[in-house]
Amino acid sequence: MLSALLVMAGVAIVLGAILGFSAIKFRVEGNPLVDKIDAILPQTQCGQCGFPGCKPYATSIAGGESEINKCPPGGEEGIQKLAELLGVEPIPFGGDTEIKPKAVALIDEDNCIGCTLCIQACPVDAIVGAAKQMHTIVESECTGCELCVAPCPVDCISMPPIEEKITNWKWKYPVYSLARVN
Amino acid sequence: MTEYLLILVATVFVNNIVMIKILGLCPFMGVSKKLETSIGMGAATTFVLTLASGASYLINEYLLGPELAYLTTLSFIVVIAGIVQFTEMVIQKTSPMLHQVLGIYLPLITTNCAVLGIPLLNVQAKHNFMESLFFGMGGAIGFTMVMVLFAGMRERLEGADVPVIFKGTAIGMITAGLMSLAFMGFSGLIK
Repeated sequence: MLSALLVMAGVAIVLGAILGFSAIKFRVEGNPLVDKIDAILPQTQCGQCGFPGCKPYATSIAGGESEINKCPPGGEEGIQKLAELLGVEPIPFGGDTEIKPKAVALIDEDNCIGCTLCIQACPVDAIVGAAKQMHTIVESECTGCELCVAPCPVDCISMPPIEEKITNWKWKYPVYSLARVN
Repeated sequence: MTEYLLILVATVFVNNIVMIKILGLCPFMGVSKKLETSIGMGAATTFVLTLASGASYLINEYLLGPELAYLTTLSFIVVIAGIVQFTEMVIQKTSPMLHQVLGIYLPLITTNCAVLGIPLLNVQAKHNFMESLFFGMGGAIGFTMVMVLFAGMRERLEGADVPVIFKGTAIGMITAGLMSLAFMGFSGLIK
């Protein structure tokens, strides 16, 4: 009886020690920061920041290799949120990108030949249409990433900026400088 | 050397754990819907089963002995669970790619009765250490082979013209039965 207890307890202790040791020794460190940054980015996967998508850009920011001011669809608001998350000063747009007034794509429907090229380019499925049928933009879905402009063979897509009207006006996000508290 | 080869052939073909001993049917039916997952499951099982056979032999021989023989099942389960957990940690660290492929199947092996069955059969057959290792490895290779063969068949069955009442798991069961019958033919291999 006693030897049975001792054997089982011994086995359990040895296994527990091995597992506990290997849990420390073989710990895998995921990077939760990348996911947090990725959640702020607009997920248009438009590539205007110079990275192949939002996740690579988030990884680059988390690694300290990129500035936070390269995402045009995110705009000033995105920079503000990223600055808040990372505890750095918000900085104006820079690099190869410039901030543009918020715009949605507009298809000149008289000229559209129904080639579906812009539908394939759209990262957020905001273009409806079928082959040899006229295409049109779902304005509420369009993020203004301009990816559909280049593929259009007849140049019928333009990006008119949205004018500020009484229907879409909203309070501006407050801009205040963050101070590190130590 | 010939006897080890004999053990391998015997466990892979003649005494195949799934088809002849009817062990490990849960993953056999559950994870054989796609070829890739069955290969992943087979690889993980092979690794764990070989390790578990060796470890359980050592436990049985040096820790339990004849007077504590009633503890074999209990202690084997504890050891197998520990090995599976350890394997998962090591793989996650050394090869995240493989870890992603194996995914959920790795922890599932803990409850695979073939993994417990083979160490118990080892005890029953009074194998020595090397024989235990080869018995475990052979059993696992046989398991993997049958999984892959069966997964290939099930993928074809998806597109086959099966009567409605036999569709899905039912035809899978019938196929497994036929396969088991076919594997009995291997018993003529060794005289």
